[in-house]
Amino acid sequence: MPTVANDNNTMKDVNSVGIVSTKYATLFSETAPLRFLSGATVSPVCVAYETYGTLNERRDNAVYICHALTGDAHAAGVHAADDEKPGWWDGLIGPNKALDTNKYFVICANVLGGCQGTTGPGSIDPETGARFCLDFPFLTVSDIVSVHSELVRHLGIDKLLAVVGGSLGGMQVLDWSVRFPDQVRAAVVLASAPKLAAQGIAFNAVGRRAIYADAGFLNGKYYESEGPRYGLALARMVAHITYLSEDSIELKFGRRLQDSDRFAFEMQKETEFQIESYLHYQGKRFVQRFDANSYLYLTRAMDYFDLSEGHKSLADAVKNIQARFFVASYDTDWLFPTSQSKELVSALLQVGKHVSYVELECPFGHDSFLIDIGPLTELIAPFLEQTLLAARAE
Amino acid sequence: MSKSRYQLPDLSIQLVDDLIMRHIDNGSSVIDLGCGDGRLMQRLSGEMNCNVVGIDVELSNVAAVMRRGLPVVAADLNRGLADIPSDTFDFAVLSQTLQQVQRPKQLLKEMLRVANRGLVVVPNFGHWRVRYEVLRRGRTPITHALPYEWHESPNLHFMSMRDFRELMQSIGLRIVEERPIINGRSVDRAWAANLRADSAFYLLERTSTAIPESA
Repeated sequence: MPTVANDNNTMKDVNSVGIVSTKYATLFSETAPLRFLSGATVSPVCVAYETYGTLNERRDNAVYICHALTGDAHAAGVHAADDEKPGWWDGLIGPNKALDTNKYFVICANVLGGCQGTTGPGSIDPETGARFCLDFPFLTVSDIVSVHSELVRHLGIDKLLAVVGGSLGGMQVLDWSVRFPDQVRAAVVLASAPKLAAQGIAFNAVGRRAIYADAGFLNGKYYESEGPRYGLALARMVAHITYLSEDSIELKFGRRLQDSDRFAFEMQKETEFQIESYLHYQGKRFVQRFDANSYLYLTRAMDYFDLSEGHKSLADAVKNIQARFFVASYDTDWLFPTSQSKELVSALLQVGKHVSYVELECPFGHDSFLIDIGPLTELIAPFLEQTLLAARAE
Repeated sequence: MSKSRYQLPDLSIQLVDDLIMRHIDNGSSVIDLGCGDGRLMQRLSGEMNCNVVGIDVELSNVAAVMRRGLPVVAADLNRGLADIPSDTFDFAVLSQTLQQVQRPKQLLKEMLRVANRGLVVVPNFGHWRVRYEVLRRGRTPITHALPYEWHESPNLHFMSMRDFRELMQSIGLRIVEERPIINGRSVDRAWAANLRADSAFYLLERTSTAIPESA
C-alpha cells in the first residue's frame, strides 16, 4: 500500500478515505414502527452509519457493507487525524481499493441490537424512558436487515449495486437478497453460511453462559454498575479462538512465554504463555467497547439464522433472488467451513442463479476475510465493475 | 525436443469453439468444465444467449472469467463434480481436458449426471503418426502447444477413438455424434478415422433417462 509522509512526519495512507464521521438516521415512526419477526414493534429506531465516496446522479453506485458480530459502522478511514487504527475494513474500502470510493458510494451501518450507535438493548425505550435491557425484542438477522433496507430507502436509493458482508455480515447479505430481491444487484458473501452449524451454536452458548453466570449481570440491568465484565471477557476469549486457526496460533505464539524463558511454577499466574496473555488482552479490550446484552442478542440472532427456514429446501429459498453472487470461503476457517459455502453455491446453481465461488487459501482461519485483502480485491473489483456495466446495459 | 518428432494436434481455438457451438442450442444452459479464461463462455453468452457457468481450478482463471462478468466456480475436476446438483444443465463442455484428468471415466459419468448432453473434444492417440512414432523411434509424442516431456505432461491418459467408443458403451453413455478432426477440419465421417483423425469431437447423452450414479 503506497504511503507518504505528511507534515507531521507520520505515515499517511494515500488510498484512505481520510477523516470520516459517523452519522445518525432516525427511522420508523409510531404509525409505521419496525416490526420484528417475533411480532414485537419498536419506534423510532436510531441508526449509526458512515458513508464513503459519492452517490452519483443515477443513484446506481451504492454498495452496502454488513458488519460481523462485533463490528460497527466505522468500516474505513479515521475519525481523527491521530487515530491509531482505521476502520475495520479499511484495506478493502477506499480510493483504488476493491470497493473503490472514486466509483462507489459505500454505506456501513451498525446493526440493530448493537451497541455502537444503533438502537439496541442498551438504548432508552421511548415507551418507558428506561433502558430496554432484556425487554428489547428478540432479535433475528431478518430484523437487522429490515433496518438496513429502510436506511437505504431513507438515503433515496432504490437499488443497491451490491451488498457485501463476511460471517454474520454474510448472513445479512443472504437474508437481504432473499427478502428484498429487487433491492440488490450483487451479493458478496465471505466466510459465511446459509445457517449456523451446531459447532457455532455451541461456542455461542458458552459465551452466553459466561455472561449469565457473572454475578454482575443482574438480569441485564447492570448499566448503573460494573456489569458482567468477567463473563463478557471470557465470552470474547472463547470466541476469539474460533476466529483463528491452529496454524496461525502456532505461528504467532507457539509455546512461547510472555515475560520469561522459564516457567514460574505459580498456579494463579494466568498470563504466562503468550497466547494466554493475548487472549486476556483481547477479553479486556472487548469489555471496554462492547455491551454484554448486545452480545447476547446478536449471538442468538446468529444461532437462529437458517436461510431455508420456511422453505422446502435451500434451493427453494433462493429461487427468487435477483442478485448475482460471489461467494468465498477460506481453507483454514473451521467456524464457517468451506462445506457450508459450497452448500449455498450448489443451491444457487440448482435454481440457475449467477454465482461465482472460490475457496481461498489463507492461514488466518475465520478472520481471513478481514486480513487477506489481496485476493479478495482481485475478485471483488471486477465483480462490482461488471455488475455496474450489466446494470447500465439493462 | 527434436523438430522431427510428431506433434500432437494444436487445434485452432476457433475451430474447436465453432464446432462446440454448432451443437449447442441457443438460450440453453451450459457448464464449461475446465473453462480456462472463459473465452468460449463469453461467446456462448454473447452470441447465443446461453446461461453459462465455468469450472476451473486456477485462481487466475477464476479472476479472468469474473473480469468477463461471467459466473465461475473454482473446483478441481479430479475431485469430481460433487457440488454441482444433478440435471442442472442442458450441456456440459469438456474441451481438450479429458486426457488431463486423473479419472476420465468418473468425470464423464459426472458430466452426464449434471447435464443432459455432453460435448467432448479429445486428441486421438490412434493417429497413424503416433503409432509410427512409437514404432519407429519408441518415443512418446510431444505437443506443440504443450511442449512437455512425458514426465511433465499434464496429459495423463492417452486414448484412441476406438478406446473412447468402447468406454462409452461400458458406462452407459450414447455417442449421438462423432466427428473426426483431420488436418484442422472436422468432417462428418472418414474412412479409417481412427488412423487419420488427430482429434475427435463427441456429442454424448445418457442411454436411459436414469441419472448415472455419482462418481
